Amino acid sequence: MSTTTVTQSAAVDQAAPAPAPGPARRRGERGLARTLLSHGLLTVASLIALFPIVWLVFLSLGPDKDDYLHPGRIWSTMTLDNYSFVLQETNFFDWLKSTLIVSLGTTVIGVMIAATTGYAVSRMRFPGYKKFMWVLLCTQMFPIAVLIVPMYQILSELQLIDTYLGLILVYCSTAVPYCAWLLKGYFDTIPFEIDEAGRVDGLSPFGTFFRLILPLARPGLAVAAFYSFITAFGEVAFATTFLLDDEKYTFAVGLQSFVSEHDAQRNLMAATAVLIAIPVSAFFYLVQKNLVTGLTAGGTKG
Amino acid sequence: MTVAIDRATGKRSGDRGPRPGLGRRLQHSYQKYWYAYAMITPVVVVLGALVLYPLGYGLYLTLTDADSLNSARTIGVNEIEATYKFIGFDNYADILWGETAYDRFWSHFIWTIFWTAACVALHYSIGLGLALLLNQKLRGRTFYRLILVLPWAVPTFVTVFGWRFMLADSGIINSALDFLHLPTLAWLEDTFWQRFAAIMVNTWCGVPFMMVSLLGGLQSIDSTLYEAAEMDGATRWQQFRYVTLPGLRSVSSTVVLLGVIWTFNQFAIIFLLFGNTAPDAQILVTWAYQLGFGQQPREFAESAAYGILLLGILIVFTSFYRRWLNRDEQAAI
Repeated sequence: MSTTTVTQSAAVDQAAPAPAPGPARRRGERGLARTLLSHGLLTVASLIALFPIVWLVFLSLGPDKDDYLHPGRIWSTMTLDNYSFVLQETNFFDWLKSTLIVSLGTTVIGVMIAATTGYAVSRMRFPGYKKFMWVLLCTQMFPIAVLIVPMYQILSELQLIDTYLGLILVYCSTAVPYCAWLLKGYFDTIPFEIDEAGRVDGLSPFGTFFRLILPLARPGLAVAAFYSFITAFGEVAFATTFLLDDEKYTFAVGLQSFVSEHDAQRNLMAATAVLIAIPVSAFFYLVQKNLVTGLTAGGTKG
Repeated sequence: MTVAIDRATGKRSGDRGPRPGLGRRLQHSYQKYWYAYAMITPVVVVLGALVLYPLGYGLYLTLTDADSLNSARTIGVNEIEATYKFIGFDNYADILWGETAYDRFWSHFIWTIFWTAACVALHYSIGLGLALLLNQKLRGRTFYRLILVLPWAVPTFVTVFGWRFMLADSGIINSALDFLHLPTLAWLEDTFWQRFAAIMVNTWCGVPFMMVSLLGGLQSIDSTLYEAAEMDGATRWQQFRYVTLPGLRSVSSTVVLLGVIWTFNQFAIIFLLFGNTAPDAQILVTWAYQLGFGQQPREFAESAAYGILLLGILIVFTSFYRRWLNRDEQAAI
């Protein structure tokens, strides 16, 4: 009997707007000392959060590779030369291309494959449902050490070492269950009445999904896409192992290669790091609020 | 946010009953299952091909003596056939109670457990503290929030490089310590300080996720509960203990589980912070990687065996964790 759908009232509640931020407790009762303490703590925390990044940006402006040891010198010799060097003389754009191919490839495959599954586990209680959810969760906790050796062997047998496709396939092993999990959380928040209306109008479950739910779920799809994008973007272990040709490096590998290739030219490393970080971080800020909601909702809800 | 609302109405997956008007559709339940299975097929196929098959293959490898010298490989135009052989459970026995088992496995095991516990405890407590601070009516709290999320927004491999500059022998941290007439520390050489630095960097990277998640949890706690508690004369601590913490329970349990899994498997921070230079600061994941890819010959079989052991540890932990969570509640998943 455990067939379809979650109770309607839950669905309605989920669709309701979020409660207004800030609890109503102790209105106007907070003392000045407490306010000052809060500001103090938050300021200290903000400085700690900010400092390593600011420091990296600051060092990237110093012209000499040992400037990180003498930061005082940078003030008088500040320059953007490191940036122009990185953009013109290194493989930066090759790395950008590889990173984009691998990350976007993973994202597209991950989201496309995961979408129907997320819908199925959100709406239907089929036999084996719990086991399936458990498998999805388990794949989240695979240490890279479990898959990296067999993956390496299999990919080398298939001649896929040092190819983008190989890396994309490897990343899909984490991106697909991840997206499915995340999208389930998002689909749960779409009122079930919409499905019912679709069914009453004679749509099949597939029709309901593609015509009604998928268009509504666009923000959720965007979040899943972004999440798999940054996961693939920032992955280090597989990329380091499976990419051999330095023109095919992703950023995560390319940045490391500076250590040997450019004799630890820290100023250039810092400039590269900043160039990589800016677009990703900027984009991150656009979606960060949705990221958490999606993740924790997917994790806690049945 | 949806979580706590769900809790507030007391609905759980176990409460679902058949809805009226469904009789006709129930008759065709087999048809519905067919749809469900068709919908999950792509993921099942992908998981089978990309996760289960490699996992099975990896399990098989752990029962052999495969390394980079006897595996199939291509040198120039010559293709060399694999010559490794089946040796049963020798790898596991060697890892767990071989001659140098303590140095190779158990010391890393203890450090990994300590690392995970310390990092998650720090992530959670600092994250909760900041979330509580941000959940007040405070001027500029959106601004604080944006800054505090920054460590999460920047890719880890970028920020770890920033930390390496700071932790270097004459980097800014040691300069500052020197300025304060404190002893400077060999952050990247001495084992104790390597471990300390690793935990510090990982804490810095991991707090924002906890903070944002818990802030979401806090904002979804019904404010009338606090009013009621105040009416009953509850102190601030009592409100925290009996309203806030239970209200955060479902969010907490998820983020702690994710935190444990992520920290246990945290590869990038230790790998990028130390490379191959710190054998004693390696957690099991980076240690297994080093066996398989960071040395010659590459010990494929042993590395895979480490991987399987790691997975075993996590699965055991997760099962117990879920059982502990569900001791008074129906399973959520």
